[in-house]
Amino acid sequence: MASLLELRNVSKIYSQGLLSREQTIALDNMSLVIDDTTPSIIAVAGESGSGKTTMSMLALGFIEPSRGEVLYKGRNIAKLGREEHLQFRREVQAVFQDPFAVFNPFYTIDHLLTVPIDKFKLARSKREARQMMEESLSAVGLRPEEILGRFPHQLSGGQRQRISVARALLLKPKLLVADEPVSMVDASLRATILESLQKLKKDYGISILYITHDLTTAYHISDQIVVLYRGAVMEAGDVETVIKTPKHPYTRLLIDSIPWPDINLRWGSSDIQAKEGDFGSTKGCRFAARCPFVMERCRESQPPLFKLEPTRAASCFLYEESPRLENEDLSSLFVYR
Amino acid sequence: MTSLNGAGQIALEVNNLQVTYYTDSGRVKAVDGVDLTLKAGERLGLVGESGCGKSTLALALMRMIKPPGRIEAGSAIIHTDMGSIDLLKLNEEEIRQARLSKISYIPQGAMNSLNPVMRVGKQMIDAMRSHIPRASERELTERAEQALESVELKRSVFRMYPHELSGGMKQRVCIAIGILLSPKVIIADEPTSALDVVVQRQVMETICRVQEKIHAAVILIGHDMGLMAQITNRVAVMYAGKLVEVSTVREMFTDPLHPYAQALIRSLPNLDNKGIFQGIPGLAPSLLRLPSGCVFHPRCEHAMEICKSAPPPKSVTPAGRFVSCHLYDEQGNRAHVTGHKQKPVASP
Repeated sequence: MASLLELRNVSKIYSQGLLSREQTIALDNMSLVIDDTTPSIIAVAGESGSGKTTMSMLALGFIEPSRGEVLYKGRNIAKLGREEHLQFRREVQAVFQDPFAVFNPFYTIDHLLTVPIDKFKLARSKREARQMMEESLSAVGLRPEEILGRFPHQLSGGQRQRISVARALLLKPKLLVADEPVSMVDASLRATILESLQKLKKDYGISILYITHDLTTAYHISDQIVVLYRGAVMEAGDVETVIKTPKHPYTRLLIDSIPWPDINLRWGSSDIQAKEGDFGSTKGCRFAARCPFVMERCRESQPPLFKLEPTRAASCFLYEESPRLENEDLSSLFVYR
Repeated sequence: MTSLNGAGQIALEVNNLQVTYYTDSGRVKAVDGVDLTLKAGERLGLVGESGCGKSTLALALMRMIKPPGRIEAGSAIIHTDMGSIDLLKLNEEEIRQARLSKISYIPQGAMNSLNPVMRVGKQMIDAMRSHIPRASERELTERAEQALESVELKRSVFRMYPHELSGGMKQRVCIAIGILLSPKVIIADEPTSALDVVVQRQVMETICRVQEKIHAAVILIGHDMGLMAQITNRVAVMYAGKLVEVSTVREMFTDPLHPYAQALIRSLPNLDNKGIFQGIPGLAPSLLRLPSGCVFHPRCEHAMEICKSAPPPKSVTPAGRFVSCHLYDEQGNRAHVTGHKQKPVASP
């Protein structure tokens, strides 16, 4: 299994101030391999402060890890040469959260789409460029004649977000990092955007790192899921397994708190209750302060990952009878279909 | 949580409410003839896409529409034990008194609505002071601390600054302020949109608990249908400034009447339809250039000839459901119009 993008024991630590020694561990010893051969959608889920955006920034090479390496096709992205770096920039594309902030309001959509074509010399003539733009817009379900020549303010949030996807698609990427792509879009338009993301995987063989706090959409679109809490992996594996039968207390709490749009599925039907917890020490399990099943040892040492099933692992002492899984082997849980 | 303990008394009656914004590009009817009745103790969900006028409706009830917006017509009557008042007929001083004591508003994004340089307690006392000018400082403090306790915050929060609180705690402070004077109607405008799911659930449960305690009616504004399914008793669907359907939550989720409501319900993800995405085709219309006839007809899969020319009637079914669509006659029965399975006017 060749890796497309790999996070190898990556940590990101933010220090506050010049003299203070207070540190925030945004991401702690995270390893993840995105496979090169079979495209898949990997969801990284967690609430605010879980480190999910830090992870997307690392994967895009916007920030450098404090420890560990980020590898693209086996090479550290911090050490790529000019040519290779350009290739990395082209093959790893991003879609961001806010469709209202990412566009320059002074330029038309044409301009926005021409820049990457020019920059990467994708087209030989204006006509070819135009054709490429139309193709990629159609691929995300937009009508080019309704979009080209317009300014961003003339388009809806859903249209803009799909243009972001179309722009990424122009460059024929291998990997798309989508950081909360639907959280600011109306519920009725979410479906169309998720649909175009799924199409990228199916029709164009693009893998997607789907960063989200919304487990409902994560369940619908992704193949694998990694649940983060305060920088550490709580549970990971096949999305069907994790969402339908969550094992880690945090995942259970998260899934139980989702307001499902189904009146027969009542909120809080399970017994698990969150405790109000402050962000205690980083010693021990990070979830210990809020965990209803907390044990003495949880406060003392951080639980490793335990492999509960071939396709799922959880970092919790409740499951210590299961074999241990090293952080580096997290991706061995993923099944590619 | 759908129980309606002791409801029956009407708390709020909105009739033919119209709000217009006079913009440079023309007149925008953001709320166009909305009728709504709320009973005490009831929780009503108000859903719709962004820009459909749901927040404008809330602001109009609070009389907080600023120019170039104007309330053009209608009435919003609050019934209390001491008689009824029409919010839209009150003068400035009277409406100031009515806010918080008769009707209160929990805004979107609590982080921005608290004064960052003022202690929480001072802000709560300020809010009460103008309503009960003769109360002693001690009395008000006690009342504020009780309100904080009722939203499960410690009394010590009274002396804290907003930055010392988490997002969920700040939102609870806003709820505490909202219930200080036991209003008859509480409007919560996307009260949890900035919060994580776990905190969201805790905050929503808090709202429900205090609302039941003071027996107020709640209007919950938002576009998260999941939240609506879990929290509300009735759901009102708004589209381009008009209400298109008002039904009980069970009817809305199992048998929606209006084609827009049907599409909305169909587009929802649940555990059984993984990987199937059914968006609503087309786009929400610009309120500046509304389609003729029924405003939904360009996106409607049941659109008929009549929908292009005539606005739909407002029907109430025998079961008390409100629907505004040509598919239904005045009594809310499915009208037998020929060719109703006609092809959609606009392709998806």
